[in-house]
Amino acid sequence: MKRMQTEILVIGGGATGTGVAWDAALRGFRTILVEKRDLTHGTTGRYHGLLHSGARYVLKDADSAVECISENRILRRTHTHCIEDTSGFFVATPEDEDDYPDRFVAACRRLNIPCTEIPAQAALRREPLLNPRISRVFELPDAAADSFLATHATAQAARQAGAKLLPYHELTRLHLSGGDGNRTVTGATVLDTVSGEDLRIDADLVINAAGAWSGQVAALAGVEVKMILGKGVMLATNARLTNTVINRCKMPGDGDILVPIHTVSVIGTTDERVAAPEDLPIEQWEIDLMLTEGDKLVPGLSSSRILRAWAGVRPLYQETQQSGEPTHDSGDSQPQELPEQASPLDSRDATRALALLNHQQRDGVRGLITITGGKWTTFRLMAESAVDAACEQLGVSRPCRTAETAVPGVEQGHYWLGHRLNEVEDEELQSELICECELVTRSMLEGAAQRNPTVTLDDLRRDVRLGMGPCQGGFCTYRAVGILHELRAGDSSPVAAEWNVAHMQSPAHHHRDRSETEVHAAGAELASDPAPDDDSPQRSAAVDPLSAVSQPNLLLRDFLQERWKGVAPILWGQQLRQERLDELIYLSILNADHLPVDDRESPLSSFYRSDSSLSGSGL
Amino acid sequence: MQTAPMHSVGTSLNACIKCNICTSYCPVSEVTDSFPGPKYAAPQSERFRDFGHPHYEDAYGPISRPLAVGQMPDASVDYCSGCRVCNEVCPTGVRIAEINARARARIVAAHGLSLRNRLLGRNELLGRVGSIAPAIANFILHNPVSRKLAAALFGVAEKAPLPRWHHETLNRWLARTRAQRLRSERKVVYFHGCATQYYEPYVGMAAILVLEHLGYEVVVPPQNCCGLPMLSNGEFGAAEDHHRRNVDRLAEYVDAGYPVIGTSTSCTLTLKEEAPELLDLERDPGTRALKLATWDIFEWLRERLDQGQLPSDLRPVNQTDQPFILPYHAPCQLRAHRIGKPALDLLAQIPGLDLRESHARCCGIAGTYGYKTEKYQIAMDVGAELFDYVAAQADESDLSSNGSVSLTACDSETCRWQLEHGTGLPSRHPIELLAAAYGLYDLQARRPAAGN
Repeated sequence: MKRMQTEILVIGGGATGTGVAWDAALRGFRTILVEKRDLTHGTTGRYHGLLHSGARYVLKDADSAVECISENRILRRTHTHCIEDTSGFFVATPEDEDDYPDRFVAACRRLNIPCTEIPAQAALRREPLLNPRISRVFELPDAAADSFLATHATAQAARQAGAKLLPYHELTRLHLSGGDGNRTVTGATVLDTVSGEDLRIDADLVINAAGAWSGQVAALAGVEVKMILGKGVMLATNARLTNTVINRCKMPGDGDILVPIHTVSVIGTTDERVAAPEDLPIEQWEIDLMLTEGDKLVPGLSSSRILRAWAGVRPLYQETQQSGEPTHDSGDSQPQELPEQASPLDSRDATRALALLNHQQRDGVRGLITITGGKWTTFRLMAESAVDAACEQLGVSRPCRTAETAVPGVEQGHYWLGHRLNEVEDEELQSELICECELVTRSMLEGAAQRNPTVTLDDLRRDVRLGMGPCQGGFCTYRAVGILHELRAGDSSPVAAEWNVAHMQSPAHHHRDRSETEVHAAGAELASDPAPDDDSPQRSAAVDPLSAVSQPNLLLRDFLQERWKGVAPILWGQQLRQERLDELIYLSILNADHLPVDDRESPLSSFYRSDSSLSGSGL
Repeated sequence: MQTAPMHSVGTSLNACIKCNICTSYCPVSEVTDSFPGPKYAAPQSERFRDFGHPHYEDAYGPISRPLAVGQMPDASVDYCSGCRVCNEVCPTGVRIAEINARARARIVAAHGLSLRNRLLGRNELLGRVGSIAPAIANFILHNPVSRKLAAALFGVAEKAPLPRWHHETLNRWLARTRAQRLRSERKVVYFHGCATQYYEPYVGMAAILVLEHLGYEVVVPPQNCCGLPMLSNGEFGAAEDHHRRNVDRLAEYVDAGYPVIGTSTSCTLTLKEEAPELLDLERDPGTRALKLATWDIFEWLRERLDQGQLPSDLRPVNQTDQPFILPYHAPCQLRAHRIGKPALDLLAQIPGLDLRESHARCCGIAGTYGYKTEKYQIAMDVGAELFDYVAAQADESDLSSNGSVSLTACDSETCRWQLEHGTGLPSRHPIELLAAAYGLYDLQARRPAAGN
């Protein structure tokens, strides 16, 4: 078994874990991060994209509100290009309580969250699709955030600071030493899910940043962490309905946020307690509820074209009396996870504030810290708290630097919707488009595949938005598979060039960049990279043409299956017509359900299939 | 709440299934890289332009964003000629050309309008000024020096087929022949459009003579430009003023139930569809009433034909016994009416006429598009398909018969000028042929036949 040694081992490659790796590496810790799939594959990649001003929680969860507004200000500096400065409206519709707006304003003032009331008519001029019956409108510094790009940018910053990030490495074991009452976590064994090899990592300290999976990770150390898992369902529309984030001015509830993110508007969310983090069925009532509530913000939303539905799981945590005196009796923990029983809280009522669990004090287990709860907006603060606690356990004092350190790419300024169209236009790249809906050029795709670990096409989707537009992969899947296959067969990609994501979403940059690399030798890039040493073992496996994951047919099948998962729950109207065309392309012309890899599995195949309720329901 | 109509411009964006049929038919993107194609420019790019999209209607009409808000990330959409071939072939009803027209209007709102495009949109004003002294105006416009100057200073293509002012406007002819005009209980309104008023009054004369031959009194109320040249150049505010003025001026006739009949297919299309749609006036009662009252002249004549009301005294238009070969091109603007090709039904009634129907997509000129220096060659390349078709008819006729092609026919004025420019053959409005077949009109001299 291969073996590695580090000071801090981070479990989980979502926003929080990646933030922890960045923070720890900046403070000079040797740091390794493991993630069982791609970065952002979990909750981070399944949220609506709202950078909170905190106003949503002013009357319900003041701690979370204060965390949000503070981090909102910081992230605008550290992750500028991942944020679109959309601003946010809180609108009172006829169905909302009369006195909520006044209490809301008072609370915003008390918590120092800038809030300006604007005339409803002025708001309607800016957002003509808003419900014309809104009575009051408040503008707040909400914004839209690209959680894929932000996490990859944080990952690159972490890597530049010396951290090692290992996606597609699944935690299988935590190693403990010592007896009862004096136990210490000393490291972990992880499974490289691409090569199938185990890797032993010895660590001075393990930080559990596995989000919704935190309970499972803690259980490996015999520690009970009872997560409150709140599933949220979201829908994306074919095009933007508003350019401003719209919130209902009321106590947070279901379907009361509309976020313009990239080319779509996302309406969200429900909040249903679920038993397990991958228990993500999308129920018909949830779709209906989003449409009904969406109509209250933007009348007619329900008859607009819906592209897809998806669900994410909030990793909420609220310390209760019983967790103060933990029982390690794992025998009865299963029934307690069920939402109906033993649950002190509905997930809608659980705090959104971050939770730091120092298991040394809490459970008598040294070498393990859990950081959970919180919001995407507060990921940096969560990382700071976790690494502060790590410093304390390791007996060192090193100040946090992330609030003052920008990630690579911020010089591009805030994201704006026309960015890709503008660059494709200027560089005349129209004929280079692979994903036409989201304006992904061939060189963007190749750049992402070479500079960011790529096992599946879904990884490329998260990198460059491949297949995220109206046709949901109908026209780009076969093209992208061909390109990826060509890249791997040629094996011309220099491994050391990977993880350079600052301009990952820029058509022009990749185009110019490719022209340059064609002139210069590939070595120039190698030299500029800070940490090309014993690099990602999964990488070599991924480019091995004999490996199962390199099979183009498998790439194709997995991605079609993944896209289908999100389309199946909303299969009516215009999207149904689209799917019929996609079906003709893949099933009738390409015979994609009888591929010669039917018996092969990629690390994600089962996940894409897992939601069996979808393919059966409603048909 | 009402659901959006099938053709609401912004909503139709959502109907795109990315099939690429529009791209494979687009005559412009086929000949130039300047226009990236209808699918790219309309439903695709629109998602990246900084606007929310109208997707429903309330009691006040379709909801959409003010045109001038936001930043326009692209400019190539201006190379859409607006021919609407994309709309015609789209299997899901995306209003591609209209999405492009709106995008162009946003560019204009954000960056202003060039003097040339402002002038090209002011067809009516140019017509009026020139007809004060047509001979002088024609000399000023139609000499090589001024065409070179116009190209250099304004970007008006030197070779593009600009029209000539006629020595007499349609209104003056109407005033002069007032005594001879038919009075009848049965009345129709004639919408002549600017080109007929100032450049080709004889098309209006032919139309009026035919309508009177059917027993209708032709009312020609004061009217102004339909606004299409302004819509095509992205000047929506001015277009709306013009449209609303027409609505007001024609209201009393529309309310009285008179059909409004036009010979210019683009003017009638504007009254029927383009102005209501592009300007979000579909719920304006006056606009709606005018839209429903407006007819293309052959659309209206076909109704008379179908009801057996068409006089049958049609004679061959040529003096000899040889077959008269007539290549006919249904202009894009007519096809956008979605009424078939009614001129063919009427022309087919004329004895001895060998009608040849062109299936070319577009003549290229697309209103004012082909008059712009940067677009002139594109327009000629687009038109090649049609010019070749016409040439092929002549060749064939030389081999197979004694007939020859001496004319082409087309319903739209700028398309006729482009056809003449591209083929070297004179082109006529089908109404001129019908009037000639009734013996009312001299097809060669383009004036009413003696005694009319």
